[in-house]
Amino acid sequence: MPELLMVNNLKTQFNTEGGVVKAVDGISYHIDEQEIIGLVGESGCGKSVSQLSVMQLIFPPGKIVGGEVIFEGRDLLKFEAHGPEMRSVRGAKIAMIFQEPMTSLNPVLTINQQLTEMLELHLGMSRQDARERAIELLGMVGIPDARSRIDDYPHQFSGGMRQRVMIAMALSCNPRILIADEPTTAVDVTTQAELLELMKDMVEQSSASLIIVTHNLGVVARYAQRIYIMYAGRIVEAGTTEDIFGDPRHPYTIGLLQCIPRLDEEKGRKLVPIEGLPPNLINMPPTCAFLPRCSDKSERCSQEPWPPLKHLQGQHYIACHNSY
Amino acid sequence: MVSPFCGCGAVIISHLIDRVKVGLETARVSAWHRFRRVFLQRKLVIFGLVILLLLVFTAIFAEWLAPHDPYRGNLADSLAQPSRQYLLGTDIQGRDTLSRLIFGARTVLLVGFVTVGIAAVVGITLGLVAGHFGGITNIIIMRSMDALMGFPMLLLALLIAAVLGGGIHNVIIALSVATTPGYARTMYGLTLSIKENDYIMAQRAMGASNLRNMVVHILPNALPPVIVLVTLQLGSLILAEAGLSFIGIGIKPPGAAWGAMVFDGYRYLRTNPLLSFAPGLAIMLVVFAFNMVGDGLRDALDPRLRGLL
Repeated sequence: MPELLMVNNLKTQFNTEGGVVKAVDGISYHIDEQEIIGLVGESGCGKSVSQLSVMQLIFPPGKIVGGEVIFEGRDLLKFEAHGPEMRSVRGAKIAMIFQEPMTSLNPVLTINQQLTEMLELHLGMSRQDARERAIELLGMVGIPDARSRIDDYPHQFSGGMRQRVMIAMALSCNPRILIADEPTTAVDVTTQAELLELMKDMVEQSSASLIIVTHNLGVVARYAQRIYIMYAGRIVEAGTTEDIFGDPRHPYTIGLLQCIPRLDEEKGRKLVPIEGLPPNLINMPPTCAFLPRCSDKSERCSQEPWPPLKHLQGQHYIACHNSY
Repeated sequence: MVSPFCGCGAVIISHLIDRVKVGLETARVSAWHRFRRVFLQRKLVIFGLVILLLLVFTAIFAEWLAPHDPYRGNLADSLAQPSRQYLLGTDIQGRDTLSRLIFGARTVLLVGFVTVGIAAVVGITLGLVAGHFGGITNIIIMRSMDALMGFPMLLLALLIAAVLGGGIHNVIIALSVATTPGYARTMYGLTLSIKENDYIMAQRAMGASNLRNMVVHILPNALPPVIVLVTLQLGSLILAEAGLSFIGIGIKPPGAAWGAMVFDGYRYLRTNPLLSFAPGLAIMLVVFAFNMVGDGLRDALDPRLRGLL
């Protein structure tokens, strides 16, 4: 399958009073057509910022300082952030769903007004056509009685329902890529599963690709074909879902897997937490950022700089001195 | 930073108008029902509405309603007590207080609405732009607003009147300039907090332009507090116009203004209290009515209060 989106050495920094925060420090990844990938990492590791950078939605004091984002043969970062080219990509070609369904819809506009806006803006539909299409979309994402609910306001919907509306909105213009930024963090577990299934089905139907950004390995295990593990602004391990779950190599990935329970393991295994806290992204040492928490460190780790991603086999890459 | 105004303003405005039309045509009857129900459920709101309608009616039909000429008095009837001929008495020049009160309604409406209209439109636009773009735009706009705010309203009005001369037009200009910073500040603060909402970022991610975000998404969310400010401001503008008239740079002498009447009458408070009390009461009622209607509008227009009211 050809590559749809290619991110090369993307760097995003925030200039704060305390110093420069390297939120995204040279990450590279790609997504193929009709592929589902997962981007996994703990809070503050730069996974959301990396996705916002792809959309050029970084505001001062943040700044994209380097790299390229190749989409349909063009480097998106070459476009002016709020110019017409970038706006015609956002929503129409690459759409995004955010974490908080409760606050992601404008409270003073009806669902109809918010859904038809996109259709009119990007597809140039007439008002009546857009309304019909919006009703159809709401039906597709499983809102019962869509024809009468469409004139309701966001507060008349539950959190799960609102996230369904967000999915409908994001997919309304048939984007090539849907970026779901922790789409299920704010809803309860049963709704999570429904929403993920829905997203997967909708993306498959429109033969789009899906990037799931999450801190929950369980979420990506079921849906993603490939997984990128992020730590402190970098990708530390990448591979197919089988690689990551069956043959994890980076101590961080291993740690992550050891702290979640599994159904296929023997009874009585203790969950092992990863000791310590993620590093402060200001004034990072040149050495591996995971070093202070690593259970598998060697002499080399504290002397040499953080290694780049090394190819293992197949699609499996890892950024570590020791595990190979 | 300049790009948002690349000629799509007309598109957005026609879009908004269309939206209102479709909103009224399609299944939005319930919204109108709710508006009427919430707006009219409180007796004080109805009371305010009646007063304002009366005011408008009086202003329009002043010629027919006034029993006497408001500008030319009969000196023989100077300072007459209320009687069958002069229901509220006369002033020192023998002019009928009731007639002057009736014609004064025009001044109130003209100064109030035109000033608030100008100040609100200019102030809201400036505050929205400053808050949304931040940076150097924000510094230029908000610091000049702060500079304007530094002058007391009357001093600023005096300055403008000194340059332009007295008269009702210049009162309107002076008061507009003096009250614009209030709207700009309010809108600036609201914009700063509203633009941090997830839905603004979500709209950006859907491809919304700066202008669309400002007009379609931020502005409607900021309206309820601004409506309240407008109605409060209407009250204080009536008072400010009265103050200006008193120091001689407001409505020119034969013209009738309630504020000027209060000040003119206070010298005869012991003998002819109605000279001050009648226009004073009128000001009080109108200011109160504006506040009540403003409150009612806010509650009826804000969809976030749906279900609560």
